[in-house]
Amino acid sequence: MIELKNVNKIYNDGFQALTKVNVEFQEGKINVLIGPSGCGKTTTMKLLNRLVDYTDGEVYFNGKKIKEMNPIELRRQMGFVIQNIGLFPHMTIFNNVATVPKLLKWDKDRIKKRVIELLEMVNLDPNTYMNRYPSELSGGQQQRIGVIRALAAEPSTILMDEPFSALDPISREQLQDELLRLQTEINKTIIFVTHDMDEALKIADNIVLMKDGKVVQQGSPDSLLSNPANDFVKEFIGEKRLNSNNQLNDLSLANYINKDILLVQSDIRIEKATSSLIERKVSSAVVINEDETYNGIVSLYDAIENNSSEINSIIKKASLIIYENDKVSTVLEKIEGIHDIVPVLSKEDIVVGLLSVDKLFATLHHLTEYKRGEI
Amino acid sequence: MELLQDYIAFWADKYASIFDYMLEHVLISLTVAIISIVFTIPLAVWMTKMKSTKLRSFIFNIANIFQTIPTIALLAIMIPIFGIGFTPAIVALFLYALLPLLRNTYSGMESIDQEVVEAAKGMGFTSFQRIVKIELPIALPYIMSGIRVTSVYIISWTTLAALIGAGGLGDLVLAGIGYNDTFMIFTGAFLAIIIALILDFVLATVENKLIKL
Repeated sequence: MIELKNVNKIYNDGFQALTKVNVEFQEGKINVLIGPSGCGKTTTMKLLNRLVDYTDGEVYFNGKKIKEMNPIELRRQMGFVIQNIGLFPHMTIFNNVATVPKLLKWDKDRIKKRVIELLEMVNLDPNTYMNRYPSELSGGQQQRIGVIRALAAEPSTILMDEPFSALDPISREQLQDELLRLQTEINKTIIFVTHDMDEALKIADNIVLMKDGKVVQQGSPDSLLSNPANDFVKEFIGEKRLNSNNQLNDLSLANYINKDILLVQSDIRIEKATSSLIERKVSSAVVINEDETYNGIVSLYDAIENNSSEINSIIKKASLIIYENDKVSTVLEKIEGIHDIVPVLSKEDIVVGLLSVDKLFATLHHLTEYKRGEI
Repeated sequence: MELLQDYIAFWADKYASIFDYMLEHVLISLTVAIISIVFTIPLAVWMTKMKSTKLRSFIFNIANIFQTIPTIALLAIMIPIFGIGFTPAIVALFLYALLPLLRNTYSGMESIDQEVVEAAKGMGFTSFQRIVKIELPIALPYIMSGIRVTSVYIISWTTLAALIGAGGLGDLVLAGIGYNDTFMIFTGAFLAIIIALILDFVLATVENKLIKL
């Protein structure tokens, strides 16, 4: 856990880089420091491993004042990834990744095991890459090495200074995805500096937005999008992003419920259900109990296969049920990978209709198209 | 044909003293080279770390001045201070070697990507570890080219050191001039070239071993 309390940084020439900064970086989360250039975000990050010293206030690392800690030891406890990668050009990939473990004097077998494990973690074949030099790797591969080099000595905290900003857009997206995937395995406290709002919204658990050496707002991406503190925050996030977020929240699920569906009682015979299905020209029906609450679904295929038995034997549970009061954004999160029909229920479990997935995606598509076109 | 036979006879007669001159020459050159490397490289590293630009340009100016003094004059200046022989020659040649080594090492250290230095700092290298394990190895191509150029210079300058009684192949050349003996002049010059070429070759091999990029 890292905490900054009333931290000020005044340079010798009198320039005040940070003013009363109070920040709490959440443990095991991706904390993003963001702001326009010169806002003090990088300075704030470099305070943490004492590459920059602060004038007054206090910084606590796991409850200890960092001013009282040995800077060399402090730095070895924190991973550090910099903007232009900064791999050591005269060392092989193996030695680059092994840097901090070697400084900490781990034994050789342990170092080797760790390096292989890390290379596999980012899908770089150890046998192929271990003995290569940084110049023999692509930019994206180099920054993967930069990231695992920071992870090598299993630090609890990792500082990342605009790590992906020098990469091409495709590699950047890939590395962001990989970082998110890695983070689910490693759960480190990550302090990530960026000036790219899209990147912040994508990866952050906690965003700290800064301007002119002061913290303007901090909170989850959602809270920044839904409650921007002032005009600067609004402007920095960008109207388009705010709008598309609002537009998504403004969408009412009611517009995407198909109420014209076939309901069948749970005690009828299958032949009757089959003929209704054929008559209505639909491939499935929702089965309801006597009190009209939801029971399950039947498909035309199953009905024809087992034409002579009771309907009970062919009722299936839908893989996803949603409620009519659900938010569109919640539904979108759940719907991924579901190919069934999705029944929509009221609070009392009474069937309201089926989710019209095609229509929902058509709207979503329209929204994102608009966003891309405009930005 | 006759010339060649005469020259072979010259070698057969003088080979023992020729080898002595050669050994002296190598001894002087290597001593100067080693002293200047040991002294100059740490100085250059320190100069890249010093905050005062005034002190830095002062040191560069001094090194520059030594370089501009004509070799013979510098050797002669040594006589009232150190007398004649080995010591004044070493001092004079060392002052000569200062600038090329200093410049190359300094440029090598300055050429290092500051991002790499910052990465090393941020990862918890101590200043000494950073210089030895990161900065010097990265600056090595520059430093090595400085060492090679300087070594070849030193071998050629050492020939002049014979003027202040330091010995070496210069003696052979000077005696040759005195006796109007072309063989002696030629042999002295030729062997100095051979030593320079061999040393350069050895250093190139070392360089390739050290720099695997």
